[in-house]
Amino acid sequence: MKLEVGNIHVKELAFGNATALACGENGAHRVEIDKEAIIGFIREIDHRITEVKLDIALPGEATRIMPVKDVIEPRVKVEGKGHMFPGRNAGENDIVGEGRTHVLKGMAVMTTGKVVGFQEGIIDMSGPGAEYTPFSSTLNLVITCEVEESCNQYEHEQILRTVGLETARKIGEIAKTAEADEVNTYETKPLLEQAAQYPDLPKVGYVYMLQSQGLLHDTYLYGVDVKNIVPTLLYPTEVMDGAIFSGNCVSACDKNPSLVHQNSPVIHELYEHHGKKYNFMGVIVTNENVTLADKERSSNWVTKLAVQQGWDAAVVSEEGFGNPDADLVMNCNKLEAAGIKTVLLTDEYAGNQGESQSLADSTPKGDAVISNGNANMIIDLPAMERLIGHDTYVDMIAGGTEGSLRADGSISIEIQAITGATNELGFHNLTARQG
Amino acid sequence: MRILHYINQFFGQKGGEEAANYPIELVEGPVGPGGALNNMLGETAEITHTIICGDSYFNENEAVAVAGIAEIIEQVKPDLIVAGPAFNAGRYGVACGRVGKLASEMGITCISGMYPENPGYDLYKQTAYMVETKNSAADMRKALPNMAALIKTFVEKGGKLGMPAEDGYMPRNLRVNMFAEKRGAARAVDMLIAKLGGEEFTTEYPMPVFDRVEPFKALASLKDAKIGLVTSGGVVPKGNPDHIESSSAQKYGEYSIEGIFDLTEETHETAHGGYDPVKCNENSDVVLPVDVLRDLEKEGFIGSLHDKFYTTVGNGTSVSNSKKFGAEIAQKLLDAGVSAAILTST
Repeated sequence: MKLEVGNIHVKELAFGNATALACGENGAHRVEIDKEAIIGFIREIDHRITEVKLDIALPGEATRIMPVKDVIEPRVKVEGKGHMFPGRNAGENDIVGEGRTHVLKGMAVMTTGKVVGFQEGIIDMSGPGAEYTPFSSTLNLVITCEVEESCNQYEHEQILRTVGLETARKIGEIAKTAEADEVNTYETKPLLEQAAQYPDLPKVGYVYMLQSQGLLHDTYLYGVDVKNIVPTLLYPTEVMDGAIFSGNCVSACDKNPSLVHQNSPVIHELYEHHGKKYNFMGVIVTNENVTLADKERSSNWVTKLAVQQGWDAAVVSEEGFGNPDADLVMNCNKLEAAGIKTVLLTDEYAGNQGESQSLADSTPKGDAVISNGNANMIIDLPAMERLIGHDTYVDMIAGGTEGSLRADGSISIEIQAITGATNELGFHNLTARQG
Repeated sequence: MRILHYINQFFGQKGGEEAANYPIELVEGPVGPGGALNNMLGETAEITHTIICGDSYFNENEAVAVAGIAEIIEQVKPDLIVAGPAFNAGRYGVACGRVGKLASEMGITCISGMYPENPGYDLYKQTAYMVETKNSAADMRKALPNMAALIKTFVEKGGKLGMPAEDGYMPRNLRVNMFAEKRGAARAVDMLIAKLGGEEFTTEYPMPVFDRVEPFKALASLKDAKIGLVTSGGVVPKGNPDHIESSSAQKYGEYSIEGIFDLTEETHETAHGGYDPVKCNENSDVVLPVDVLRDLEKEGFIGSLHDKFYTTVGNGTSVSNSKKFGAEIAQKLLDAGVSAAILTST
């Protein structure tokens, strides 16, 4: 499976008369959004939507966005089968990951609104909080969307998820005929051919653990809630066309917004040395269900599939913390016992001062661990001039405590509440060390 | 930069062991090793005051000594506190460490110096920056320049010291956040290549070794037993009256279930942010089984159900907080004559 990814570097984002790719300053790409038309488009997605607002949030502005439900990159299929974020709509069941895809690089669609209770993320576009989120440097189109009160929490989550994905896809269409600024080609062959291509190199793969603990902790694979899958194989390029998308944002620091899956960092880094240092065979996607039986079944399947493909080593990434630490440790123990070397990606919950041990489960086999930072660290976020969304829930969100939101609008909170701060796919640079 | 220096009776030139009960004295300017240290600091900082205190006095009257030193800190308002160096003098090291902990609680940094095997390091390493010294005062000529260098670095970096090896202090056993040059995914692949090639690599997080709690011996009879309920599933009276955090809990709750036979949507809910709360909010018995235990109580299967339950949120809560809550809850259950407790997690 071979995919060309053409990046169109977007330098400006503004509202305009039509949703189109325009020429900005010094010939730079400028995305213009027809506000009324996009609002109309969103309202048509679901009749239970009661209110839609669009805002643009740019790097360096004194703007706070919260609660952030999802962050999505606008992309479009230019050649090849399938649809971006497949498996949701009728007639969209083709396998993706082949042909050519265009990306509006540098911009993102974000969803906010009163999101199902009390647990969501913060993105500051400037100030100390901006350092901790990768999405303070993107040009953001923010959708504030409210729904009828009759919607239950599951329906509410599903509507917001769909609004984000469909809007990003709609905007992505303007990239279809554009000339890409750079094109990267990624290729993984069918299993036997891939093994034969570099017979002398060690075979490595990626174990892609996805949140599946329930409401606002769910992830979707071709439209299927991954708590209902047994682990399965993917070509790495499938994720670049949206094969995996997010339904979760709780403890936002270490949940993967859809944009992170579209740009799945471990996959891109594994391609870097593919054919030189090792033979990158492919991806196993697995879940993080809450029962012991599910954890045992899924970790057994992960190891079976890795052995079946002849892997010598694997990178294993976790999503979330606590309960999924058990899945991480099971995957590590079983892979290592099968002779497959592992490197694990996680984050830490080491207490506000970093004084505590960090994980809920442990194994001596886990001797190669990448830490994406201590999520319990407290940060002071100054008041911002503009708030997109709602800050009324700050005291109750994961990482907040009584009095987190002060009268002047400033917030004292754990970085746990900041979207992407300790992303466990290694999307960002934060780490923790013994100090 | 104004420094308050803590030293013991010996270095304060009050005498040896015979003066170890010397009470707290505050003097202006540097004393003993403080003089040399002050010279090394040059324009960077100045020791404006020195506390002299006997080692036995401090350790035998810790609460009084700490309160006295706290008062002095309030009065002097130093920018930095320096304690020792204490080398391998145990009581002196413990006093320096305790002063560091006090300083940290008052929001002031403390820089000290001692031998790694000094118990003061093990007890108080998380609340002070400690320079490594040899085990005797003969090392003073090296210890002082090292402490001066750390103080200078502290000033230069605006109070934000780097990692232990980089800035010259002993590890504090704390996990410290920093931004790495390469992103996590790239570091993971680099580590994978090293592990595959049998090359050396350093894990970024050495996996912890867990302590195991031996299960208590089985109860001979449940008929006379008083059973307690404890949960990390966040079940609280409706409205979460004590505002237990949805993640990274800083407290636990103690609530009465006297006369309560069933937890309902009207009476209870969960404060937990880490799982789908819908079922628990509809019927909290699914996490805290009060209904079933009341049945068992009525049937005489158990003696009684303890009339209070204990609850916190396990989501993202540090092991250090969990240990503290656990010890306190266990003591309360023991004091109430509870024979066994059922712990439910989510």
